[in-house]
Amino acid sequence: MLLETHGLTANYGQFRALFGVDIAVAEGECIAIIGANGAGKSTLMRSITGVIRNEPGMVLHRGTPIGALSSAEIMKRGIAMVPEGRRLFPSLTVEENLLIGGQARQVPGPWSLESIYGLFPILRERRKNSGTALSGGQQQMVAIGRALMSNPELLLCDEISLGLAPVVIRDIYAVLPRIREGGAAIVVVEQDIGKALAVADRVYCMMEGRVTLVAKPADVTREAIHAAYFGEAA
Amino acid sequence: MIWVDTLVQGILLGGLYALFAAGLSLVFGIMRLVNLAHGDLIVFAAYLILMGVTLLGLPPWIAALIAMPLMFGLGWLLQSAVLNRVLGKDILPPLLVTFGLSVALQNGLLETFSADSRRIPAGSLEGASLDLGIVTVGVMPLLTFASAIIVIVALNALFYHTALGRAFRATSDDAVTAGLMGIEPKRIFAIATGIAMVVVTIAALYLGMRANFDPSIGPARLIYAFEAVIIGGLGSLWGTLAGGVIIGVAQTFGAAVNPEWQILAGHLAFLAVMLLKPRGLFPRAVD
Repeated sequence: MLLETHGLTANYGQFRALFGVDIAVAEGECIAIIGANGAGKSTLMRSITGVIRNEPGMVLHRGTPIGALSSAEIMKRGIAMVPEGRRLFPSLTVEENLLIGGQARQVPGPWSLESIYGLFPILRERRKNSGTALSGGQQQMVAIGRALMSNPELLLCDEISLGLAPVVIRDIYAVLPRIREGGAAIVVVEQDIGKALAVADRVYCMMEGRVTLVAKPADVTREAIHAAYFGEAA
Repeated sequence: MIWVDTLVQGILLGGLYALFAAGLSLVFGIMRLVNLAHGDLIVFAAYLILMGVTLLGLPPWIAALIAMPLMFGLGWLLQSAVLNRVLGKDILPPLLVTFGLSVALQNGLLETFSADSRRIPAGSLEGASLDLGIVTVGVMPLLTFASAIIVIVALNALFYHTALGRAFRATSDDAVTAGLMGIEPKRIFAIATGIAMVVVTIAALYLGMRANFDPSIGPARLIYAFEAVIIGGLGSLWGTLAGGVIIGVAQTFGAAVNPEWQILAGHLAFLAVMLLKPRGLFPRAVD
Protein backbone atom coordinates (compact mmCIF):
# COMPACT_ATOMS: atom_id res chain seq x y z
CA MET A 1 0.00 0.00 0.00
CA LEU A 2 1.18 3.50 -0.81
CA LEU A 3 -0.35 4.92 2.35
CA GLU A 4 -2.18 3.36 5.28
CA THR A 5 -3.43 4.60 8.59
CA HIS A 6 -3.93 2.13 11.43
CA GLY A 7 -6.11 3.04 14.37
CA LEU A 8 -5.24 6.69 13.84
CA THR A 9 -6.28 8.91 16.73
CA ALA A 10 -5.84 12.66 17.09
CA ASN A 11 -6.56 15.11 19.87
CA TYR A 12 -6.84 18.86 20.16
CA GLY A 13 -5.99 19.22 23.85
CA GLN A 14 -8.75 17.43 25.76
CA PHE A 15 -10.91 17.09 22.67
CA ARG A 16 -10.51 13.88 20.66
CA ALA A 17 -11.09 14.47 16.96
CA LEU A 18 -10.23 11.05 15.48
CA PHE A 19 -11.14 7.65 16.98
CA GLY A 20 -9.09 4.90 15.34
CA VAL A 21 -9.33 5.76 11.64
CA ASP A 22 -8.16 3.11 9.12
CA ILE A 23 -7.76 4.14 5.51
CA ALA A 24 -5.62 2.74 2.70
CA VAL A 25 -4.55 4.27 -0.61
CA ALA A 26 -3.04 2.11 -3.35
CA GLU A 27 -0.59 3.27 -5.99
CA GLY A 28 -2.32 5.52 -8.55
CA GLU A 29 -5.69 5.24 -6.84
CA CYS A 30 -8.16 8.11 -6.34
CA ILE A 31 -9.85 8.16 -2.97
CA ALA A 32 -12.55 10.55 -1.83
CA ILE A 33 -13.15 11.29 1.83
CA ILE A 34 -16.55 12.78 2.43
CA GLY A 35 -18.27 13.95 5.56
CA ALA A 36 -19.98 16.92 7.13
CA ASN A 37 -18.24 19.83 8.85
CA GLY A 38 -16.41 18.58 11.92
CA ALA A 39 -16.36 14.93 10.81
CA GLY A 40 -12.56 14.89 11.15
CA LYS A 41 -11.59 14.98 7.48
CA SER A 42 -9.17 17.87 7.77
CA THR A 43 -7.76 16.49 11.02
CA LEU A 44 -7.06 13.26 9.14
CA MET A 45 -5.18 15.23 6.46
CA ARG A 46 -3.24 17.15 9.10
CA SER A 47 -2.29 13.89 10.81
CA ILE A 48 -1.10 12.25 7.59
CA THR A 49 1.04 15.28 6.69
CA GLY A 50 2.66 15.61 10.11
CA VAL A 51 1.05 18.92 11.05
CA ILE A 52 -0.36 16.87 13.94
CA ARG A 53 2.20 14.30 15.12
CA ASN A 54 1.12 10.77 16.04
CA GLU A 55 2.47 7.41 17.13
CA PRO A 56 4.91 6.30 14.40
CA GLY A 57 2.92 3.19 13.41
CA MET A 58 -0.39 4.98 13.00
CA VAL A 59 0.61 6.20 9.52
CA LEU A 60 2.55 3.98 7.11
CA HIS A 61 4.11 5.00 3.79
CA ARG A 62 4.94 1.87 1.75
CA GLY A 63 4.99 -0.01 5.04
CA THR A 64 7.39 2.40 6.76
CA PRO A 65 6.07 4.13 9.90
CA ILE A 66 5.94 7.89 9.29
CA GLY A 67 3.42 8.96 11.94
CA ALA A 68 5.98 10.78 14.07
CA LEU A 69 7.88 12.53 11.26
CA SER A 70 7.76 16.29 10.64
CA SER A 71 5.71 17.76 7.78
CA ALA A 72 8.90 18.45 5.87
CA GLU A 73 10.16 14.88 6.17
CA ILE A 74 6.79 13.47 5.08
CA MET A 75 6.63 15.84 2.11
CA LYS A 76 10.12 14.75 1.02
CA ARG A 77 8.83 11.15 0.90
CA GLY A 78 6.43 12.24 -1.86
CA ILE A 79 3.23 13.12 -0.02
CA ALA A 80 2.15 16.61 -1.07
CA MET A 81 -0.76 18.59 0.29
CA VAL A 82 -3.14 21.18 -1.14
CA PRO A 83 -4.19 22.67 2.20
CA GLU A 84 -7.67 23.80 3.10
CA GLY A 85 -8.02 27.52 2.41
CA ARG A 86 -5.18 27.28 -0.16
CA ARG A 87 -2.67 28.99 2.15
CA LEU A 88 -0.59 30.69 -0.56
CA PHE A 89 2.44 32.65 0.65
CA PRO A 90 1.49 36.35 0.36
CA SER A 91 5.13 37.52 0.17
CA LEU A 92 5.77 35.33 -2.87
CA THR A 93 4.71 35.83 -6.47
CA VAL A 94 2.63 33.18 -8.24
CA GLU A 95 5.75 31.73 -9.83
CA GLU A 96 7.64 31.74 -6.54
CA ASN A 97 4.72 29.99 -4.87
CA LEU A 98 5.02 27.28 -7.52
CA LEU A 99 8.80 27.08 -7.28
CA ILE A 100 8.80 26.69 -3.52
CA GLY A 101 6.66 23.59 -3.85
CA GLY A 102 9.42 21.77 -5.68
CA GLN A 103 12.61 23.05 -4.16
CA ALA A 104 12.84 20.61 -1.24
CA ARG A 105 12.13 17.49 -3.31
CA GLN A 106 13.65 17.48 -6.77
CA VAL A 107 12.82 14.20 -8.46
CA PRO A 108 12.17 13.41 -12.12
CA GLY A 109 8.50 13.37 -13.07
CA PRO A 110 5.84 14.86 -15.31
CA TRP A 111 5.48 18.13 -13.38
CA SER A 112 7.56 21.25 -13.89
CA LEU A 113 6.87 24.97 -14.08
CA GLU A 114 6.22 24.52 -17.81
CA SER A 115 3.79 21.60 -17.48
CA ILE A 116 1.88 23.36 -14.69
CA TYR A 117 1.55 26.45 -16.87
CA GLY A 118 0.28 24.02 -19.51
CA LEU A 119 -2.31 22.69 -17.06
CA PHE A 120 -3.35 26.19 -15.90
CA PRO A 121 -2.45 28.67 -18.70
CA ILE A 122 -3.87 31.65 -16.76
CA LEU A 123 -1.09 31.25 -14.17
CA ARG A 124 1.56 31.99 -16.76
CA GLU A 125 -0.03 35.40 -17.38
CA ARG A 126 -0.23 36.03 -13.65
CA ARG A 127 3.16 34.66 -12.72
CA LYS A 128 4.55 38.00 -11.52
CA ASN A 129 1.47 38.81 -9.42
CA SER A 130 1.33 38.29 -5.72
CA GLY A 131 -0.45 35.00 -5.03
CA THR A 132 -3.06 36.76 -2.93
CA ALA A 133 -3.99 39.17 -5.75
CA LEU A 134 -5.68 36.34 -7.68
CA SER A 135 -9.28 35.17 -7.67
CA GLY A 136 -10.20 32.23 -5.44
CA GLY A 137 -10.18 29.76 -8.32
CA GLN A 138 -6.80 30.95 -9.58
CA GLN A 139 -5.40 30.73 -6.06
CA GLN A 140 -6.62 27.14 -5.93
CA MET A 141 -4.80 26.45 -9.20
CA VAL A 142 -1.60 27.84 -7.67
CA ALA A 143 -2.07 25.68 -4.56
CA ILE A 144 -2.54 22.56 -6.70
CA GLY A 145 0.40 23.47 -8.94
CA ARG A 146 2.57 24.18 -5.91
CA ALA A 147 1.89 20.67 -4.55
CA LEU A 148 2.50 19.06 -7.97
CA MET A 149 5.91 20.74 -8.32
CA SER A 150 7.44 18.09 -6.06
CA ASN A 151 6.16 15.32 -8.41
CA PRO A 152 4.41 13.60 -5.51
CA GLU A 153 3.39 9.95 -5.34
CA LEU A 154 0.34 11.01 -3.40
CA LEU A 155 -1.53 14.29 -3.68
CA LEU A 156 -3.84 15.22 -0.80
CA CYS A 157 -6.48 17.81 -1.70
CA ASP A 158 -8.25 19.27 1.31
CA GLU A 159 -11.59 20.92 0.43
CA ILE A 160 -10.46 22.18 -2.98
CA SER A 161 -13.96 23.30 -3.95
CA LEU A 162 -14.76 25.19 -0.76
CA GLY A 163 -15.90 28.76 -1.41
CA LEU A 164 -15.57 28.54 -5.20
CA ALA A 165 -18.22 29.14 -7.86
CA PRO A 166 -19.65 26.00 -9.51
CA VAL A 167 -18.10 26.77 -12.90
CA VAL A 168 -14.69 27.19 -11.23
CA ILE A 169 -15.11 23.94 -9.30
CA ARG A 170 -15.84 22.16 -12.58
CA ASP A 171 -12.58 23.49 -14.07
CA ILE A 172 -10.59 22.45 -11.00
CA TYR A 173 -12.06 18.94 -11.00
CA ALA A 174 -11.45 18.65 -14.74
CA VAL A 175 -7.68 18.58 -14.14
CA LEU A 176 -7.75 15.68 -11.66
CA PRO A 177 -7.76 13.01 -14.40
CA ARG A 178 -4.72 14.67 -15.99
CA ILE A 179 -2.96 14.59 -12.62
CA ARG A 180 -3.73 10.87 -12.33
CA GLU A 181 -2.32 10.30 -15.80
CA GLY A 182 0.93 11.66 -14.39
CA GLY A 183 1.00 8.72 -11.99
CA ALA A 184 0.07 10.31 -8.69
CA ALA A 185 -2.49 8.80 -6.35
CA ILE A 186 -5.03 11.36 -5.14
CA VAL A 187 -7.01 11.78 -1.95
CA VAL A 188 -9.82 14.31 -2.30
CA VAL A 189 -11.49 15.60 0.84
CA GLU A 190 -14.92 16.89 -0.11
CA GLN A 191 -18.22 17.93 1.41
CA ASP A 192 -19.90 17.71 -1.99
CA ILE A 193 -20.93 14.05 -2.29
CA GLY A 194 -21.71 14.23 -6.02
CA LYS A 195 -18.29 15.66 -6.89
CA ALA A 196 -16.58 13.03 -4.77
CA LEU A 197 -18.44 10.08 -6.26
CA ALA A 198 -17.74 11.30 -9.80
CA VAL A 199 -13.94 11.21 -9.49
CA ALA A 200 -13.15 8.53 -6.91
CA ASP A 201 -12.31 4.82 -7.23
CA ARG A 202 -13.35 4.39 -3.62
CA VAL A 203 -15.14 6.60 -1.13
CA TYR A 204 -14.64 6.82 2.63
CA CYS A 205 -17.38 8.56 4.58
CA MET A 206 -16.53 10.00 7.99
CA MET A 207 -18.70 11.12 10.87
CA GLU A 208 -17.66 12.36 14.31
CA GLY A 209 -14.07 11.18 13.97
CA ARG A 210 -14.82 7.67 12.65
CA VAL A 211 -15.05 6.04 9.24
CA THR A 212 -18.69 5.11 8.76
CA LEU A 213 -18.60 3.79 5.19
CA VAL A 214 -16.08 2.46 2.66
CA ALA A 215 -17.40 1.69 -0.80
CA LYS A 216 -16.94 1.89 -4.53
CA PRO A 217 -19.14 4.64 -6.00
CA ALA A 218 -20.92 2.13 -8.31
CA ASP A 219 -21.83 -0.18 -5.45
CA VAL A 220 -23.24 2.34 -3.03
CA THR A 221 -26.80 3.61 -2.68
CA ARG A 222 -27.86 7.16 -1.87
CA GLU A 223 -29.49 5.83 1.28
CA ALA A 224 -26.31 4.17 2.54
CA ILE A 225 -24.32 7.36 1.99
CA HIS A 226 -27.01 9.43 3.62
CA ALA A 227 -26.90 7.22 6.70
CA ALA A 228 -23.11 7.26 6.89
CA TYR A 229 -22.94 11.03 6.32
CA PHE A 230 -25.66 12.19 8.67
CA GLY A 231 -25.82 9.22 11.04
CA GLU A 232 -29.55 8.65 10.78
CA ALA A 233 -31.58 5.85 9.35
CA ALA A 234 -32.42 6.55 5.73
CA MET B 1 29.35 74.99 3.84
CA ILE B 2 29.73 73.57 7.34
CA TRP B 3 26.25 72.10 7.18
CA VAL B 4 27.02 70.16 3.99
CA ASP B 5 29.97 68.65 5.79
CA THR B 6 27.80 67.81 8.80
CA LEU B 7 25.19 66.22 6.52
CA VAL B 8 27.76 64.06 4.73
CA GLN B 9 29.36 62.93 7.99
CA GLY B 10 25.92 62.11 9.33
CA ILE B 11 24.96 60.04 6.29
CA LEU B 12 28.23 58.12 6.53
CA LEU B 13 27.70 57.54 10.27
CA GLY B 14 24.27 56.17 9.33
CA GLY B 15 26.09 53.42 7.43
CA LEU B 16 27.54 52.16 10.71
CA TYR B 17 24.11 52.17 12.36
CA ALA B 18 22.64 50.37 9.37
CA LEU B 19 25.31 47.69 9.76
CA PHE B 20 24.38 47.37 13.44
CA ALA B 21 20.74 47.08 12.46
CA ALA B 22 20.79 44.87 9.33
CA GLY B 23 21.19 41.61 11.28
CA LEU B 24 18.48 42.62 13.71
CA SER B 25 16.17 43.52 10.82
CA LEU B 26 16.84 40.21 9.07
CA VAL B 27 16.03 38.12 12.15
CA PHE B 28 12.97 40.15 13.02
CA GLY B 29 11.73 39.99 9.43
CA ILE B 30 11.91 36.18 9.33
CA MET B 31 10.92 35.04 12.82
CA ARG B 32 9.50 38.08 14.62
CA LEU B 33 12.26 37.74 17.20
CA VAL B 34 13.88 40.80 18.80
CA ASN B 35 17.32 39.72 19.95
CA LEU B 36 18.16 41.91 22.96
CA ALA B 37 21.71 40.53 22.95
CA HIS B 38 22.35 41.86 19.43
CA GLY B 39 24.57 44.73 20.61
CA ASP B 40 26.53 42.46 22.94
CA LEU B 41 27.03 39.97 20.10
CA ILE B 42 28.53 42.83 18.03
CA VAL B 43 30.93 43.60 20.91
CA PHE B 44 31.70 39.88 21.26
CA ALA B 45 32.56 39.68 17.56
CA ALA B 46 34.77 42.77 17.93
CA TYR B 47 36.77 40.98 20.65
CA LEU B 48 36.97 37.91 18.43
CA ILE B 49 38.47 40.02 15.62
CA LEU B 50 40.76 41.76 18.12
CA MET B 51 42.08 38.36 19.27
CA GLY B 52 42.83 37.43 15.66
CA VAL B 53 44.76 40.68 15.29
CA THR B 54 46.66 40.62 18.60
CA LEU B 55 47.20 36.89 19.18
CA LEU B 56 47.64 35.69 15.59
CA GLY B 57 49.05 38.93 14.17
CA LEU B 58 46.49 39.00 11.34
CA PRO B 59 45.35 42.14 9.52
CA PRO B 60 41.85 43.13 10.76
CA TRP B 61 40.18 42.25 7.42
CA ILE B 62 41.57 38.73 7.50
CA ALA B 63 40.71 38.35 11.18
CA ALA B 64 37.12 39.39 10.37
CA LEU B 65 36.97 36.91 7.47
CA ILE B 66 37.99 34.13 9.87
CA ALA B 67 35.54 35.35 12.51
CA MET B 68 32.60 35.23 10.04
CA PRO B 69 32.21 31.43 9.82
CA LEU B 70 32.80 31.15 13.58
CA MET B 71 30.04 33.67 14.23
CA PHE B 72 27.78 31.92 11.69
CA GLY B 73 28.29 28.70 13.66
CA LEU B 74 27.60 30.49 16.93
CA GLY B 75 24.39 31.97 15.53
CA TRP B 76 23.29 28.57 14.20
CA LEU B 77 23.97 26.98 17.60
CA LEU B 78 22.30 29.78 19.53
CA GLN B 79 19.17 29.48 17.40
CA SER B 80 18.93 25.67 17.33
CA ALA B 81 19.91 25.01 20.93
CA VAL B 82 18.22 27.96 22.65
CA LEU B 83 16.02 30.35 20.71
CA ASN B 84 14.05 27.75 18.71
CA ARG B 85 12.85 26.31 22.02
CA VAL B 86 11.30 29.59 23.15
CA LEU B 87 9.86 30.92 19.88
CA GLY B 88 6.09 30.70 19.88
CA LYS B 89 2.92 32.69 20.11
CA ASP B 90 4.07 34.38 23.31
CA ILE B 91 6.71 37.03 22.54
CA LEU B 92 7.91 37.31 26.14
CA PRO B 93 10.06 34.11 26.50
CA PRO B 94 12.46 34.98 23.65
CA LEU B 95 12.79 38.53 25.00
CA LEU B 96 13.68 37.21 28.45
CA VAL B 97 16.13 34.63 27.09
CA THR B 98 17.97 37.15 24.90
CA PHE B 99 18.01 39.64 27.79
CA GLY B 100 19.63 36.96 29.94
CA LEU B 101 22.09 36.22 27.14
CA SER B 102 22.95 39.92 26.98
CA VAL B 103 23.77 40.03 30.71
CA ALA B 104 25.78 36.81 30.51
CA LEU B 105 27.75 38.02 27.46
CA GLN B 106 28.60 41.37 29.07
CA ASN B 107 29.83 39.73 32.25
CA GLY B 108 31.67 37.00 30.39
CA LEU B 109 33.50 39.60 28.30
CA LEU B 110 34.23 41.68 31.40
CA GLU B 111 35.69 38.63 33.15
CA THR B 112 37.80 37.67 30.11
CA PHE B 113 38.93 41.01 28.71
CA SER B 114 38.55 43.42 31.72
CA ALA B 115 36.78 46.76 31.51
CA ASP B 116 39.65 48.41 29.63
CA SER B 117 38.80 50.15 26.37
CA ARG B 118 40.23 48.39 23.35
CA ARG B 119 40.50 49.18 19.67
CA ILE B 120 41.17 47.12 16.56
CA PRO B 121 44.29 48.69 14.98
CA ALA B 122 43.61 49.63 11.36
CA GLY B 123 47.05 51.03 10.51
CA SER B 124 47.25 53.88 8.02
CA LEU B 125 43.51 53.73 7.28
CA GLU B 126 42.70 55.19 10.69
CA GLY B 127 43.49 58.78 9.77
CA ALA B 128 43.20 58.58 5.98
CA SER B 129 40.82 60.96 4.23
CA LEU B 130 39.63 61.92 0.77
CA ASP B 131 39.22 65.51 -0.40
CA LEU B 132 36.00 65.71 -2.41
CA GLY B 133 36.08 69.46 -3.03
CA ILE B 134 33.25 70.77 -0.88
CA VAL B 135 33.89 68.26 1.89
CA THR B 136 36.64 66.02 3.16
CA VAL B 137 35.56 62.56 4.22
CA GLY B 138 37.41 59.91 6.17
CA VAL B 139 38.23 56.74 4.28
CA MET B 140 37.02 54.62 7.21
CA PRO B 141 33.49 56.16 7.34
CA LEU B 142 33.32 55.84 3.55
CA LEU B 143 34.28 52.15 3.73
CA THR B 144 31.69 51.65 6.47
CA PHE B 145 28.95 53.18 4.37
CA ALA B 146 29.98 51.24 1.27
CA SER B 147 29.97 48.04 3.33
CA ALA B 148 26.47 48.82 4.59
CA ILE B 149 25.25 49.24 1.00
CA ILE B 150 26.94 46.02 -0.08
CA VAL B 151 25.49 44.11 2.89
CA ILE B 152 21.97 45.35 2.15
CA VAL B 153 22.24 44.68 -1.59
CA ALA B 154 23.55 41.19 -0.81
CA LEU B 155 20.83 40.44 1.74
CA ASN B 156 18.15 41.68 -0.67
CA ALA B 157 19.57 39.52 -3.46
CA LEU B 158 19.56 36.55 -1.09
CA PHE B 159 16.01 37.32 -0.01
CA TYR B 160 14.45 37.89 -3.42
CA HIS B 161 16.54 35.91 -5.90
CA THR B 162 17.47 32.61 -4.27
CA ALA B 163 15.66 29.45 -3.19
CA LEU B 164 16.86 30.04 0.37
CA GLY B 165 15.37 33.54 0.28
CA ARG B 166 12.05 32.12 -0.93
CA ALA B 167 12.14 29.70 1.99
CA PHE B 168 12.88 32.63 4.36
CA ARG B 169 9.87 34.60 3.10
CA ALA B 170 7.55 31.61 3.01
CA THR B 171 8.48 30.60 6.55
CA SER B 172 7.95 34.17 7.71
CA ASP B 173 4.48 34.16 6.09
CA ASP B 174 3.28 30.79 7.37
CA ALA B 175 5.61 28.29 9.06
CA VAL B 176 3.06 25.42 9.04
CA THR B 177 2.45 25.63 5.30
CA ALA B 178 6.19 26.05 4.72
CA GLY B 179 6.58 22.70 6.50
CA LEU B 180 4.17 21.15 3.99
CA MET B 181 6.55 22.39 1.26
CA GLY B 182 9.42 20.36 2.76
CA ILE B 183 10.94 23.33 4.58
CA GLU B 184 12.00 22.83 8.23
CA PRO B 185 11.21 26.20 9.84
CA LYS B 186 13.68 25.60 12.68
CA ARG B 187 16.48 24.94 10.24
CA ILE B 188 15.56 28.09 8.30
CA PHE B 189 15.64 30.11 11.53
CA ALA B 190 19.08 28.68 12.40
CA ILE B 191 20.45 29.66 8.97
CA ALA B 192 18.92 33.15 9.30
CA THR B 193 20.52 33.76 12.70
CA GLY B 194 23.82 32.43 11.33
CA ILE B 195 23.66 34.95 8.47
CA ALA B 196 22.70 37.72 10.91
CA MET B 197 25.85 36.89 12.89
CA VAL B 198 27.97 37.23 9.74
CA VAL B 199 26.53 40.74 9.33
CA VAL B 200 27.20 41.32 13.04
CA THR B 201 30.87 40.46 12.39
CA ILE B 202 31.09 43.06 9.62
CA ALA B 203 29.50 45.63 11.96
CA ALA B 204 31.96 44.61 14.68
CA LEU B 205 34.94 45.17 12.39
CA TYR B 206 33.97 48.81 11.82
CA LEU B 207 32.82 49.36 15.39
CA GLY B 208 36.24 48.20 16.62
CA MET B 209 38.34 50.05 14.06
CA ARG B 210 36.50 53.39 14.30
CA ALA B 211 36.33 53.84 18.05
CA ASN B 212 37.19 52.33 21.39
CA PHE B 213 35.00 49.59 22.75
CA ASP B 214 34.61 47.78 26.05
CA PRO B 215 32.26 45.04 27.29
CA SER B 216 29.58 47.51 28.41
CA ILE B 217 28.76 49.28 25.13
CA GLY B 218 26.53 46.60 23.60
CA PRO B 219 23.13 47.80 24.85
CA ALA B 220 23.63 51.31 23.41
CA ARG B 221 24.44 49.76 19.98
CA LEU B 222 21.27 47.70 20.31
CA ILE B 223 19.25 50.89 20.88
CA TYR B 224 20.66 52.58 17.76
CA ALA B 225 20.08 49.41 15.75
CA PHE B 226 16.57 49.01 17.07
CA GLU B 227 15.70 52.64 16.32
CA ALA B 228 17.05 52.28 12.78
CA VAL B 229 14.92 49.16 12.22
CA ILE B 230 11.78 50.79 13.61
CA ILE B 231 12.24 54.03 11.65
CA GLY B 232 12.72 52.06 8.43
CA GLY B 233 9.65 49.91 9.01
CA LEU B 234 9.93 46.42 10.45
CA GLY B 235 11.41 43.91 8.04
CA SER B 236 12.48 46.34 5.26
CA LEU B 237 16.25 46.29 4.71
CA TRP B 238 16.48 49.49 2.64
CA GLY B 239 14.25 51.08 5.26
CA THR B 240 16.80 50.02 7.85
CA LEU B 241 19.53 51.86 5.93
CA ALA B 242 17.30 54.95 5.75
CA GLY B 243 16.66 54.63 9.49
CA GLY B 244 20.38 54.41 10.21
CA VAL B 245 21.03 57.50 8.05
CA ILE B 246 18.27 59.48 9.79
CA ILE B 247 19.76 58.72 13.21
CA GLY B 248 23.29 59.41 11.98
CA VAL B 249 22.34 62.77 10.44
CA ALA B 250 20.35 63.79 13.52
CA GLN B 251 23.31 62.90 15.74
CA THR B 252 25.88 64.88 13.74
CA PHE B 253 23.59 67.91 13.54
CA GLY B 254 22.91 67.64 17.26
CA ALA B 255 26.63 67.46 17.91
CA ALA B 256 27.25 70.44 15.62
CA VAL B 257 24.92 72.55 17.75
CA ASN B 258 26.28 71.28 21.03
CA PRO B 259 28.46 68.16 21.48
CA GLU B 260 26.31 67.09 24.43
CA TRP B 261 23.26 66.87 22.17
CA GLN B 262 24.59 64.20 19.83
CA ILE B 263 22.92 61.14 21.35
CA LEU B 264 19.78 63.01 22.40
CA ALA B 265 19.24 64.36 18.87
CA GLY B 266 19.29 60.82 17.47
CA HIS B 267 16.63 59.67 19.91
CA LEU B 268 14.52 62.79 19.24
CA ALA B 269 14.62 62.06 15.51
CA PHE B 270 13.41 58.54 16.29
CA LEU B 271 10.53 59.90 18.37
CA ALA B 272 9.63 62.42 15.66
CA VAL B 273 9.40 59.67 13.01
CA MET B 274 7.28 57.57 15.39
CA LEU B 275 4.88 60.49 15.88
CA LEU B 276 4.49 61.10 12.15
CA LYS B 277 4.68 57.51 10.87
CA PRO B 278 4.07 55.01 13.66
CA ARG B 279 4.67 52.00 11.37
CA GLY B 280 7.96 53.39 10.08
CA LEU B 281 8.85 54.86 6.71
CA PHE B 282 8.70 51.69 4.58
CA PRO B 283 6.41 49.20 6.32
CA ARG B 284 5.93 45.86 4.59
CA ALA B 285 2.49 45.46 3.07
CA VAL B 286 1.79 42.20 4.89
CA ASP B 287 2.15 42.19 8.66
